[in-house]
Amino acid sequence: MEAGLTEGRSIHRLDTVRRYEIPEGVLLDFRLAGPVVRACAWAIDAALRGLLYLILALLMALFGGVGTALMLIGFFLIEWFYPVVFEIYNGATPGKRAMGILVIQDNGTPVTPSASVIRNLLRAADFLPFLYAAGLVTMLINREFKRLGDLAAGTLVVYRDRQQERIQPPVSATSKPPVELSEDEQLTLLAFAERGETLSIGRRRELAELLSDQTGLRGGDAVEALYAYANWILKGR
Amino acid sequence: MRQQQFEADNQPLWDEIAQMMDDLQRTRGKRRLSRAQQLRFPARYRQLCSHYALARSRGFSPTLIEQLHGLVLRGHPLLYRQRGGWRWRLLHFILGGFPRAVRRNRVYFALSLLCFLLPALLMGSGCYLQEDLIYTVMDEYMVAEMESAYDPANNHPGRSSERSSESDFTMFGYYILNNIGIGFRTFATGILLGVGTLFILLFNGLVIGAVAGHVSRLGYHETFWPFVSGHGSLELTAIVICGAAGLLLGQAVVAPGQRSRVQALREHAGEALQLVMGAALMLLAAAFVEAFWSSGALQPTAKYIVAALLWSGVILYLSLMGRGSRGSR
Repeated sequence: MEAGLTEGRSIHRLDTVRRYEIPEGVLLDFRLAGPVVRACAWAIDAALRGLLYLILALLMALFGGVGTALMLIGFFLIEWFYPVVFEIYNGATPGKRAMGILVIQDNGTPVTPSASVIRNLLRAADFLPFLYAAGLVTMLINREFKRLGDLAAGTLVVYRDRQQERIQPPVSATSKPPVELSEDEQLTLLAFAERGETLSIGRRRELAELLSDQTGLRGGDAVEALYAYANWILKGR
Repeated sequence: MRQQQFEADNQPLWDEIAQMMDDLQRTRGKRRLSRAQQLRFPARYRQLCSHYALARSRGFSPTLIEQLHGLVLRGHPLLYRQRGGWRWRLLHFILGGFPRAVRRNRVYFALSLLCFLLPALLMGSGCYLQEDLIYTVMDEYMVAEMESAYDPANNHPGRSSERSSESDFTMFGYYILNNIGIGFRTFATGILLGVGTLFILLFNGLVIGAVAGHVSRLGYHETFWPFVSGHGSLELTAIVICGAAGLLLGQAVVAPGQRSRVQALREHAGEALQLVMGAALMLLAAAFVEAFWSSGALQPTAKYIVAALLWSGVILYLSLMGRGSRGSR
């Protein structure tokens, strides 16, 4: 979240937030999914696929030669198009969904059918020489965690943003901060007020007491004072 | 304007947009919005974007910015998605798009054909002239199995003696799984500097040439050529087209020209995808022919006539189909 507050700072080089400017002229932030979470998603999908193979094999064993044909065609479809179907339908395979990630185009729009087909056919190359070694190496040497299929298809794998309830800053008194605050400092105070309730009391006090030199207060009073300044920034006098 | 007033003024709009997006995301069931209301979505969305930009530039609180960012992020794909019409596009693709794509990339096609045909011809004539050469690409067991499969004593080429018409279906499924899989791999491994594609093309050329040469040497013409000539038209052409698609990827990585490698790769991948999808449809047709026609017990003459028709059909389709009056080639 802090990414939005520290635009253009060196902090971005360490972060896995990718910014994209949309035609409306605002920046969207996408949080890129790394190799580990994607490997977990893949493992879940692999287990699901195995289950599908098994069900298909057992079911089609009842129908003789035609059943075997349908089973083999089913194997073909699962091998190559299982991810495509899910990605086109809702952007993520069940495994990705479970891990809270999804596939999008580079420009933030949903993955298109042809891009999904490209990135999933190229799994055959990413998989080489064993267990996605080529894909992993590619992911680690580009800054957007793209495997070969993603590079060719122009797709990204990002975290699905969970919509959070807004936390209202606690109701408190309003008082003017004793000194003129810069914009960054104001934002830090607001962030403290809005997220304070999610921290433990001890941690909250510890943070507030960083400013004891200025406020001259300690403990709960220091926290209340900062809340009051935040309120002033929000509401004005 | 202070943040609280800004929020109070605009909350109704944000709620309205959130509700619109709920509605637009619904794929099934009744929509609550009328067509006229839906048409207002782009305008509302742009308003939301300007609120988001405003909140950021004025340094409003992080959670408000995050809330607006969440709304903007959700709306973006809803506004810019594309959907529908795939049946028409498939039809257009088969009737013109695919052959045009093959002709557009004829240089790659020719190169791919060369990489496949040259080893096949060399190995074929080699195996025809020399008995032991086949063992350089196949082991003893495979050679023995292949020899018995085309032995005229077994009477039904492509079928083992116990194979019934029910197993035609089984083989249909097997050809789809195996052959289309090979086609896809031929394409995909092209991204590894084209090496994978070249390897698959050369290797298949060698093996297919070796089998043809060896079997002809043994005098099994009557069983081998009538069997393979029909579906070969679709199957071999399709593999060569997949090879062309793989070479397209390879070229983008090795020699991207004036573009960055990633950009070249993306452009070539879009082009290559058309080739691969068309080739997959051809392999599907080939699997059908191979399973239900090639294995049939008809006279070789009939097989050869159909094979000639299929070959000329494939060549005419790829070279003429989709040439429009408006100069599309």
